[in-house]
Amino acid sequence: MGRYVVKLPDVGEGIAEAELVEWMVEVGDTVQEDDALASVMTDKATVEIPSAAAGIVTWRGGEIGDIIAIGSELVHLDVPGFDDSGPKDASEQGAAEPDSQPSPSPQSPTPPKEPKPARSEAVEPPNQVKLSTTRVLAAPSVRRRALEAGIDLARIAGSGPGGRVVHADIEKADQNRRTEPGQAEERPNEEVRVIGLRRKISERMSLSWSRIPHITIVEEVDVSALERLRGDMNARRKGDGVKLTVLPFLMRALVIAIGEQPALNATFDDEANVVTQWGPIHIGIATQTDTGLTVPVVRHGENRSIRSLATELARVAGAARDGSATREELTGSTITITSLGPLGALATTPIINHPEVAIVGVNRMSVRPFWNGNAFEPRMMMNLSSSFDHRVIDGWIAAVFVQRLKQLLETPALLFAEMEK
Amino acid sequence: MKDLTCRVLVVGGGPGGYVCAIRAGQLGLDTVLVERAALGGTCLNVGCIPSKALIHTAEQFHAATDTASETGLSFGKATVDMGRNVAWRRSIVDRLNRGVAGLLKKAKVRVVTGEARFLDGKTVEVTDGSSSYRINADDVVIATGSDPVSLPDVPFDGPVLSSTEALSLTEVPDRLVVVGGGYIGLELGTAFAKFGAKVTVVEAGDRLLPQYDSALTKPVADRLKSLSVTVHTGTTVVSVSKTGGAVTLQLRTPDGTERTLEAEKALVTIGRRPNAGSAGLSELGLDMAGPAIAIDDRCRTSMRGVYAIGDVTGEPMLAHRAMAQGAMVADLLAGKKRKWDVRAFPAICFTDPEIVQVGQTAEEAKQQGIEVKVSEFPLAANGRAMTRERTDGFVRVVAEKATGVLLGIQAVGTEISELSAAFSIALEMGARAEDVAATIHAHPTQGEGFQEAALGVMGHALHI
Repeated sequence: MGRYVVKLPDVGEGIAEAELVEWMVEVGDTVQEDDALASVMTDKATVEIPSAAAGIVTWRGGEIGDIIAIGSELVHLDVPGFDDSGPKDASEQGAAEPDSQPSPSPQSPTPPKEPKPARSEAVEPPNQVKLSTTRVLAAPSVRRRALEAGIDLARIAGSGPGGRVVHADIEKADQNRRTEPGQAEERPNEEVRVIGLRRKISERMSLSWSRIPHITIVEEVDVSALERLRGDMNARRKGDGVKLTVLPFLMRALVIAIGEQPALNATFDDEANVVTQWGPIHIGIATQTDTGLTVPVVRHGENRSIRSLATELARVAGAARDGSATREELTGSTITITSLGPLGALATTPIINHPEVAIVGVNRMSVRPFWNGNAFEPRMMMNLSSSFDHRVIDGWIAAVFVQRLKQLLETPALLFAEMEK
Repeated sequence: MKDLTCRVLVVGGGPGGYVCAIRAGQLGLDTVLVERAALGGTCLNVGCIPSKALIHTAEQFHAATDTASETGLSFGKATVDMGRNVAWRRSIVDRLNRGVAGLLKKAKVRVVTGEARFLDGKTVEVTDGSSSYRINADDVVIATGSDPVSLPDVPFDGPVLSSTEALSLTEVPDRLVVVGGGYIGLELGTAFAKFGAKVTVVEAGDRLLPQYDSALTKPVADRLKSLSVTVHTGTTVVSVSKTGGAVTLQLRTPDGTERTLEAEKALVTIGRRPNAGSAGLSELGLDMAGPAIAIDDRCRTSMRGVYAIGDVTGEPMLAHRAMAQGAMVADLLAGKKRKWDVRAFPAICFTDPEIVQVGQTAEEAKQQGIEVKVSEFPLAANGRAMTRERTDGFVRVVAEKATGVLLGIQAVGTEISELSAAFSIALEMGARAEDVAATIHAHPTQGEGFQEAALGVMGHALHI
């Protein structure tokens, strides 16, 4: 067997390319058949590419973040024992730890006006007898402690006889590094590549923000009645029933409002200049996961009760968080809700989930004084911050929609009264 | 075929391998150790330990037969039952074998006996007669050691011995030729000479123990002479023929002439070769440093997750180096920050007298451009040495001239090996000559020689 080429297989229907998000192997690694070689990301699903043969990796077809076409070469494998299998250069492995202290920045082209006082006595060796050898006088335990703390002994002036570095010197250097602003730069700048899910988010956000002229409406909603109802329903909840949050009620309100204003449940293909008003109401729920923002979808909101909405919402959001969500569960929304829960702030400016035309943001609930005509009354209040694609949704239409949501949520009986639409 | 998986797989149960496995086990890593023969490897079974036992008894035998002693002691005719002597040495080895096995068990290390074969950098197949295992590990430590090198076309058999066979001789040969005047050949050759064998040492270099300076080796050469050991330096072996119960060596001397040498046994100690090509290791395609596996300062090989320790990584092939590497790798695997940071590397010849070398020699320091001060204290001026009838040898300290910081220590003397601990501590702690001089060294001991040599660096030795 000579060189074996593993190509990027077809990872999904209609997918022509995928983004390389992780290498599981390095050049020089020995892999067995079916060992994972790399992860690629398509749309929102990540797929591991297994090795079709056993051998040594001699070549990798790209770097993390590269977009690779289906069928192009991913990895070259060779049988073990080839001289040119090219494992890593041993000298490179032996490279020293990254310098713990950056060299002084060359920031003063003009001669310094006055010698700066030494930052600390630790910089000034108490005894100027310098070793001509490169070895630093320090006991093995001191050397180990320095290694563990990431401190280069050669840069420390020891306080012991003959410049010997003692434990106290290491402790001091460690502390100085933490407290002195000058030495805090020790933490190196880090470049984080925007890849994988983060890159997708970045692209989607840019697309939405650059193409869609947003109009955002913030309205306050008196949710005192809704909260009482919600409390009652949760108190009556049986066994394994899902605890109701405010979201399923809002979803129900959306369904009712959309029934009256179907233009809001739409996507806008601005290249074809076609707005598609969707029959089913698939509600996307912006969800924070460990890797970033995803939007799992509760499908067919129009056919669900409040409890069914709550159960399905919990299921898809859970799947998105633990990474088990399918492509189906992460795509196809027709309108989106975004909620930051208790972090929800007073108002937000939600960015529309392109190519949808509306997004409803839920802000934090709190008790606020409300003037009832005679006196201030404490009411449970909550703001809704909603954005609309102003190209296809006029401000007046948007305002009507928001007012309807407000009305439905302030009089929650309506959520049930209008059920049999 | 049974499948095993583990976090750490150590291949080879010598001093490097078993220490690595014990430490890994102590640190809570699921560890498997594979050993094809006996735990303890070359060192414990056929090296350091049995050879020191042989040397000990040879010295006792020699003392009992030494007619030149002026102590007034005399003994009846001394005899040795070599069969019993071998059995006694084996009993020591057995005790240590069991000790290692017990330590491994205590550390919850699984020991698999059998011949290992690497399938890849993470998988090893072990066969032992009927049973076989396939062991898969996250990290693998290669500790396969080294084997004695034989003369070209002269395998070890019959009268041609490696150190292993020499240690199981149940009779003292009348005549013994030692090919290779390194420390193994001289240690064993001296022991057999003390048992009464007529020993001849053939060394290709121009003097014995060529890795040490001539001042250090002179007391050893003198002692060999007084033990009637013949030494041919600059001499190479042209051919070896085995005839009946004897062996004939054709030698070429420095002036080009050839001569024959006949003996009952020939001990070949011309070096040891890393076991880096067998057991499927060559197929892994690891980067090599000559015949040894190349490693960095964390014992990492060129393959990720594959470490190598001990003799298989080349010179210096010393058990204590392997042990330190093994412990370091276990620490690394447990996530600790470690690197090879050793300044005092003791190397000892258990010749008569013994040689100890730790740290740099004066030559090595000068090559680095360091101005040095060297001070030597002869054991002839040491009371304790006189009481033991052995005043040959000295302690030598090499210090940086400007600061007095110790750079290296060399010594030659009877049982001077025990001073290596003091030497190593001084170097590792970064002592200056003044520190050693100001430290009280008990009287009467040979250790006083160290203190005196340190005083000498400062220009005022007391007893010389």
